Amino acid sequence: MKRVFTAAVLAALMAACAQQGDSSAVKIAMVTDVGGVNDQSFNQGAWEGLQRAQLELGIKASYVESNQDADYVPNLQSLMDAKNQLIWGIGFKMGQAIYEAAKNNPDYKFAIIDFAYDNTPANLIGVVFKAEEASFLVGYIAGKMTKTGTVGFVGGIKGNVIDGFDYGYHAGVNFANRQVKILRQYAESFTDAAKGKVITLEMYRQGADIVYHAAGGVGDGVIEAARESNRWAIGVDRDQNYLAPDNVLTSAMKRVDNAIYNIAKELVEGRWPGGKTIVYGLKEGGVDIAPSTSKHVPVNILAEVEELKKKIMAGEIVVPYNEASYNDWLAKLK
Amino acid sequence: MEIVFVLLDDLAFLIGVTLLYSSPLIFTGLGGVVTESTGVVNIGLEGMMTLGAFAAASVAYYTADPWLGFLAGGVAGGLLALLHALATVRFGADHIISGIAVNFLGPGLALFVSRLIFNGATQTLTVPNKIPKLFDGVFPSKSFFDLILKQDATVYIALVLVVVVWFVLYRTVLGLRLRSVGEHPLAADTLGLSVERLKTYGVVASGVLAGWGGAAMSIAVVARFSPGLISGQGFIALAAMIFGKWTPHGTLAACLFFGLAKGLEVYLGTRFPIPGTLLAMLPYILTILVLVGFVGKARPPRAVGQPFLKERHS
Repeated sequence: MKRVFTAAVLAALMAACAQQGDSSAVKIAMVTDVGGVNDQSFNQGAWEGLQRAQLELGIKASYVESNQDADYVPNLQSLMDAKNQLIWGIGFKMGQAIYEAAKNNPDYKFAIIDFAYDNTPANLIGVVFKAEEASFLVGYIAGKMTKTGTVGFVGGIKGNVIDGFDYGYHAGVNFANRQVKILRQYAESFTDAAKGKVITLEMYRQGADIVYHAAGGVGDGVIEAARESNRWAIGVDRDQNYLAPDNVLTSAMKRVDNAIYNIAKELVEGRWPGGKTIVYGLKEGGVDIAPSTSKHVPVNILAEVEELKKKIMAGEIVVPYNEASYNDWLAKLK
Repeated sequence: MEIVFVLLDDLAFLIGVTLLYSSPLIFTGLGGVVTESTGVVNIGLEGMMTLGAFAAASVAYYTADPWLGFLAGGVAGGLLALLHALATVRFGADHIISGIAVNFLGPGLALFVSRLIFNGATQTLTVPNKIPKLFDGVFPSKSFFDLILKQDATVYIALVLVVVVWFVLYRTVLGLRLRSVGEHPLAADTLGLSVERLKTYGVVASGVLAGWGGAAMSIAVVARFSPGLISGQGFIALAAMIFGKWTPHGTLAACLFFGLAKGLEVYLGTRFPIPGTLLAMLPYILTILVLVGFVGKARPPRAVGQPFLKERHS
C-alpha cells in the first residue's frame, strides 16, 4: 500500500515538473473567493473567461479556491511561487489582500474584479462593471411589459454598487413609460431569502407584476415568490432563468468572463494597461442582458432594446448610477 | 367601508407572513426546548439547521419527492446531534465548545458534500417539487382566509409539533424522566434511570427538529439550498426558546412574535419612507422591549450545561 502511495506521489511530481517545463506560455491564475469556482456566479464566470483564454490565446490557466477569507493571502503567495505572470483576485472581498500583494511584489502582475483603488500600483488593475447599463435595459423591458403599471426593485444593502443597479433600473423603467410606478425596498441583507420572498409577495400584492433584484441570496426568495405567484422576476449577474424558467423574464448580466479574457489578450499581445481602474460597460462587452431574454420578451421590444444598446454604446444615452445623476437625468427627460 | 377591507387584507397578509417566517424557527426552537430540558445546551442548532437544509434540498432534488427530502433533513440534523451528544453526554465535554464545533462542522459538511454531488457547486439546483401548500384553492385567491391559511405544510407540522412536544414533556412518563435529568441528574440516576440515554434522546431529537427547521427553509420557503440560506435562524430560535422560558408554548409565542416583527418590517417599509436600516432593527428592539417589560423571570432547567459523569458519583 505504501509503495502504491509513493508511486502515486512520484507520478504527480513528475506531472507537475512536466507542466513547469512548458515555459513559453503566459501563465495566468486566479484566486476564487469563498463561493468556489462553480458558484453559478462571478467566480464561475471568471474561470470560464480564463479557460477561453487558454483555448484561444494559448495561455496556461489555473485557479485556487478559498474556503475562508483568511485563505486569500496564502493562496496569492502559492500562485506567485508557481511563477504566474498575472494573478486575479475574484471579488471585492480580496481588495486589501491583492493590494498588499501588488505593493510588495512588483515583479508580478495582479488584477481584481469589482474593486477600484484610489492609487493603483502600476502592476495592478482594478476592474469594475457598469451595472447601471444592464439594469437600464432590464428596466426598459419591465417598463414596456408591465400589465399592471407597477414594477418593483429589491436591493441587498444600499451602497455605491447597488445604487448603480437601483437607479439604472429606475431610469430604464421611466424611459420606457413615465406612468409606471416603481416600488423599491432594501432587504438590508444579501442572504435573507425569506425576507426577499416576503418583500416580493408584498410588492405583488400592491400590484407589481415584475420585480428586479440586486440582492445576492435574497434573490432566491424573490425568484421563488415569482414562481409561487406566477408573476415575473428579473435576475442578476448571470442568466438566472434556469432557477425558474417560466418566471424569470430576463437577467442583467455581468460578463466577468469577457473582462478576464480581454485583459489576458492584452497581456499576451504585450500591452499591460496597469496602474488604473478599467470600467467595463456595454461597449466593452462587460455587461449585457441574458440570452434567455428572447424566450419571454416579444421581438419588437427586443429590437427596441438593441437600438437602446447602440445609443448607450455611442454615448447618446448616459445611464445614471446614483441618486444625483438620476435626478438630473429625470429633469432632462421631461 | 373600503378602508376596512384594505385593513383586513393587510392583517391577513401580516398573519400569513408571520407564519411563513416563524415556521423554521418553531421547529428549531422546539429542538432547543427538548435538548435543554434534558440539561444539554445546544448552540449547534444553527449548524444542524444548515446541514438539514442542505440534505433536504439535495434529496428532494434527486428523488423529486419533497417528503423524502424533509425526512432526510431530520436524519442529517439528528446524526450531527448524535456527535454533539457523544461529546457532551458520553465524554462530558463542554457544551458550548462542542456546539461551536458543530456550527463549523454543519455548514462545512454541507458545502463539502454539495461540491461532491452538484458538480463542484456550493448550492443545490432548484428542487422539482416543493413541500405542498395546504388549503390551496380552498378559498378564493388572495381572499382573507386564503392569505392566512394557504401555507406550506411545514407551517402546520410545526404547529402540531408544539402540541406534541408539550404533551410528551409534561404529560408522559418519558417527558417526566427527560425533564428530571435536566433538573437533577443524580436523583434520576439513583432512581435507576439511564441519565446518559435520556440526555442522548433529548439531543438527537433536537437535531432532528433543527434539521426539519432547515428543511422548512430550503424546500418550503425557497426551493434550493445556498450557503447563506441559514444565517442566524438557529441562534434566533435559541433566543426564542429562552424568551419563551424553556417551554414549547412560550417558544411558539416568541417565534410568532419574531415573525410578526419581521413582517411588520416589510409592511411598513413598502408604505412609509422609513430608512431600511432602522426597520431592520425593529424585531430586535421589540424583543428587548418585551423582554424588559412583559416577560417575568425565566428559569432554565437547574442542571443545564453541567456534564453528568456517572463515575464521579459512584
